[in-house]
Formats: sequence, structure tokens, C-alpha cells
Amino acid sequence: MLRGLVKLTWLEIKIFLREPMGAVGTIVIPVAVFVGLGRVAGRTLSPGTLSDPSTSFGASSVWVRIILPVFAALLIALSAVVSLVTIISIYREGGILKRLRATPLRPATILTAHVVVKLLFTAATLALLVLAGKRYYPSGVNVSIWSATVALLISTWSVLSLGFIIASLVPTARFAQPIAAAIFYPMVALSGLFVPLASLPPGLRAVARLLPLTYAVSLLKGIWEGEPWFAHAGDVAALAVVFAVCVAISSKVFRWE
Amino acid sequence: MTAIRPPVVQVSGCRKTYGSLVALDEVSFDVVDGEIFGLIGPNGAGKTTTMECVEGLRRPDRGTIAVLGMDPFRDVYALQQRIGVQLQQAQLQKRITVWEAVDFWASLYRRPASDGRRLLDQLGLAEKRNAWFMTLSGGQKQRLFIALALINDPDVVFLDELTTGLDPQARRAIWDLVRDIRSRGKTVFLTTHLMEEAERLCDRVAIMEHGRIIDIDTPDRLVARHCPERTIVVTTEDAGAEQRFRELPQAQSVTRHGARLTIEGRGDDLVAAVIDCVSANRIRVSDFRTLMPNLEDVFLRLTGHSIRD
Repeated sequence: MLRGLVKLTWLEIKIFLREPMGAVGTIVIPVAVFVGLGRVAGRTLSPGTLSDPSTSFGASSVWVRIILPVFAALLIALSAVVSLVTIISIYREGGILKRLRATPLRPATILTAHVVVKLLFTAATLALLVLAGKRYYPSGVNVSIWSATVALLISTWSVLSLGFIIASLVPTARFAQPIAAAIFYPMVALSGLFVPLASLPPGLRAVARLLPLTYAVSLLKGIWEGEPWFAHAGDVAALAVVFAVCVAISSKVFRWE
Repeated sequence: MTAIRPPVVQVSGCRKTYGSLVALDEVSFDVVDGEIFGLIGPNGAGKTTTMECVEGLRRPDRGTIAVLGMDPFRDVYALQQRIGVQLQQAQLQKRITVWEAVDFWASLYRRPASDGRRLLDQLGLAEKRNAWFMTLSGGQKQRLFIALALINDPDVVFLDELTTGLDPQARRAIWDLVRDIRSRGKTVFLTTHLMEEAERLCDRVAIMEHGRIIDIDTPDRLVARHCPERTIVVTTEDAGAEQRFRELPQAQSVTRHGARLTIEGRGDDLVAAVIDCVSANRIRVSDFRTLMPNLEDVFLRLTGHSIRD
């Protein structure tokens, strides 16, 4: 059903762009926030650290160079997941999933189309973010668009699989967005992005090690800092395991209606 | 007719339970090639569950189903190529246009699809082709769903409660469309809780309640079998008429309200007898009405309550 997949993906892209908040919410806002915060933070830094990124070891410099971009990237990934959870629950509640099932389309084709749409928008937004960073960012962004995009897609893919489990359990579309947000945003807090894992209490650290975002953050931070991919093979493996486990669970618990 | 044409849907001994709720209980029936077959009954009777089992969207706990010779659950993708489905209360993406939906649906089927443009013309949706789904009226949405159900030129069309929520005018227009589908040699399997719809549209109906099928036949024969009473109302100034009618063996009672006589009896013989009596005795009548029981009455008789309860 490749033909159905390509056509449905294209349709869903068009439909998504027709949403009043569709393109603005997922593309414009994260990029604008990233550039805006970067400029504000950049202005508060001393001119010396700004002009030479290689010597900037100050805390606020790390904040601008690494944490803020990774945070923005993470927000892109999470907004994709929250939006997928919302769309799936709206489609289920409205009987759209059921209507699509009563055609020769395979269920996997329908879900794949949505995942592809979300990944495409994620990649497009990140590419914009990196380009905007190179142009407007105080210390410049030295990361390769390709590495950053691949790292973010792997992270998004893995978190999306968790989103499918949430999409299965959310009772109605009205709850989808708040519930997804309530699950994902605390994960950001525990992910080691703002507070290093080592300084978390042991209990929370154990929890953090079980959360996919922890590995996503480690991967994204590393790639953003210019570390080689093989240094983060463990993160990629952990994200792959999360993906496999979540897909297995959601194929059991997923409801079409 | 039933004997010659092969069944396209065969359901036998189907049972489906949800926990302790028995949704389908030993449901068996055939749908014959080229007919409009209606499953009628109140909401919650099991009509939609039955239809979704036949469409391969649900699996019965027990029993066998064959549609066009295929097992709808095992061969669901092969079967979907040859059937058209309209689901109860389905929606499409809010911002998909009419033409995008038709075009996408057409691309999903292997067999040469019906001409989408002509289909939209026939269904009166031609000028709405670029409108978003969310902007369509109830009737337009239903017509679009009918278009999608017909896009692959299916052999059997399933229509679940297709006129629910429509105004009488839109309803009549949809009935014409369904008759049109039959006249093109297709088989139509529909469900409805509207007795008038079943009476006007269906060649045969199955009456369903609490997951069971109570009886199956043509609407006329169901009425004749379960509600043989006939009531004839005659308005006449003829003083001797009342006595003449009382003498008819088919008449069980005759009551008078001014010039209006109400004659009650059983079977179609009563009507013939009263007409003969009127002409033989040259009774001058100013009004003559036969009150026929309908499927609504049949349902009441069979279940002890009205379908609207």
C-alpha cells in the first residue's frame, strides 16, 4: 500500500497546514523563541566570551550554546508528539480512524502516514532553527544540520512510540493534549538538560534512567557540542529499545474506536 | 426470486458478547443478490454490531459469515476491494476537501474506480468539490459518504443509519439514491430505526431486538402475518349502511360516530367484502379509507413496545 501511504501522507500535510495554528505553532513559534531567547541571553554575556566561542567556558555561555538549542529541539520533538497524540484521539473519537479502516488501507499505513508527517515537520523546523541560529545567534551555531536532524529524528521517533501508548489510553480528545503535556514536560525536567543527572537524588536518578528523554537529551547535547556519533551509540541503542518496547505495547493496547 | 438468486451475504449462528452483555444472539440471515435488505430495530438492538461483523470490522465470538464467498475477517482486504461501506456517525478530517476525499478513496482500490467527477455530479456535490468537510451540511456529508461507498463500483453496499439526523427532504433524496444503486444491479444492506424508511426502501427486512432476529420477510408479508387487522372508515348518510356492514362475515365490529362508520376485521378479504357491499347496495359514500397496519405496528406486536421507547 505504498501508493496509499504516499497519498495519505501528502493529504495529511495539506490538512495540517490548513489548521489555523498548524504551521505557526509547530514551526514559527519554536524558532522565534529560540532566536529571541538567544539574543536576550547573548546580550547579557561579556563581549569577550561572545566573540570567541572556543574559549567560552562560562555557565551562561554553555546555556546559550548548548542548553537552549537542545531545549528548543526537544520542544519541537515534544510538540510533534503532543500533536500526534491529539490528532490520533480526535481521529478516533470522530470515527475517522474507523472510516479509514473500512477501506483496503492497512492500519499500519494510516499510523505510518501520521508519523511521517510529524517527522517531516520536525526535521523542517530543526533545519530552520539551525539556519536561524547560524545567522542570528550570538555565538553562532556550529552543528551540522544533518547530524542534528538525524539525532532529533531518532529522539522524536522514540518518543512518538511512547505517544502511541498515551494515545491508546487517553479517553477523549479533550484530555489528549493536557495529559500528553503532563507526562512529557516533567520528563524534560528529569532529562538532565537543566540539572545534571549526577546531582539528582538517587531515587530520581533511577527514574530518569528509565525515561527516553534522558537519552534523547544526552544524544542531542553531545551532537550539538560536536561529539562524534560513536560516543553516543549507547544513547541511540537505548532509544531503539524504548521504541521497540513501546511499539510492542501500543500494538497490544491501541484502540481504533 | 429468492430461490434463483444466490445469496451474497450469509450469516449463520453469530454470537457476540461484550462482558456480560450479549450483543448478538444466534443471528442468522441471508442477503440475496440485487435486493435492498434492511436490518431494523431500536438503537442498541445489535444492528450496527451485525453489520460491522459482516464488514470484517468486528469478529463474532461464534458463528460463520460469508460475503461474496469470502470470510470477512480473514479476507478483509480482498473483501474491502469489492464492498462499499458507509459507517454510522463517521467523520472525515475536518479540513479535507470533497474532491481530495473522493480522489484519495479512488486511489485505494485496485479495480477501475467509478468516475469520481460523475459520482459527485449524480450526488449533487459537484459545486462543493473544493469545500472542506467541516463546512458541509448533514445531508451533504451523508451524500459524500455514499460517494465514497460507491467509488470502487462495489458489488455490495453497506449503509448504516444513513438518514439519521436528516430533514425529510434530504431523506427522500437519499432514498432515491439508494433505489438507484439497486437499479444498477448492486446489493444494498442497510440498517435503520425508521420504520417508514424500511417500508419504502427495503425489499426484505429483518426485525431485530436485544441481539436477536425476530422475523425476516418482505414488509407486506410481515404486516400480513403479524398484523392482519384492517380498519375501514366509511362516511355515508345512508341509514341502512351500518346494518349491511354488520351482516358481513368478515366484519368483527362496526361503530358509528355521526355519519362515520368504522368497520374492523381481519385480512385483506375485509376490504374486498366492504367494497362489494357498498356497490351491491348502492350505498352513497362521501369518504372511504382503509387503515393499514405498518411495520411500526408489527414491531409493537412482536416486542410489546414501540420502537421509539
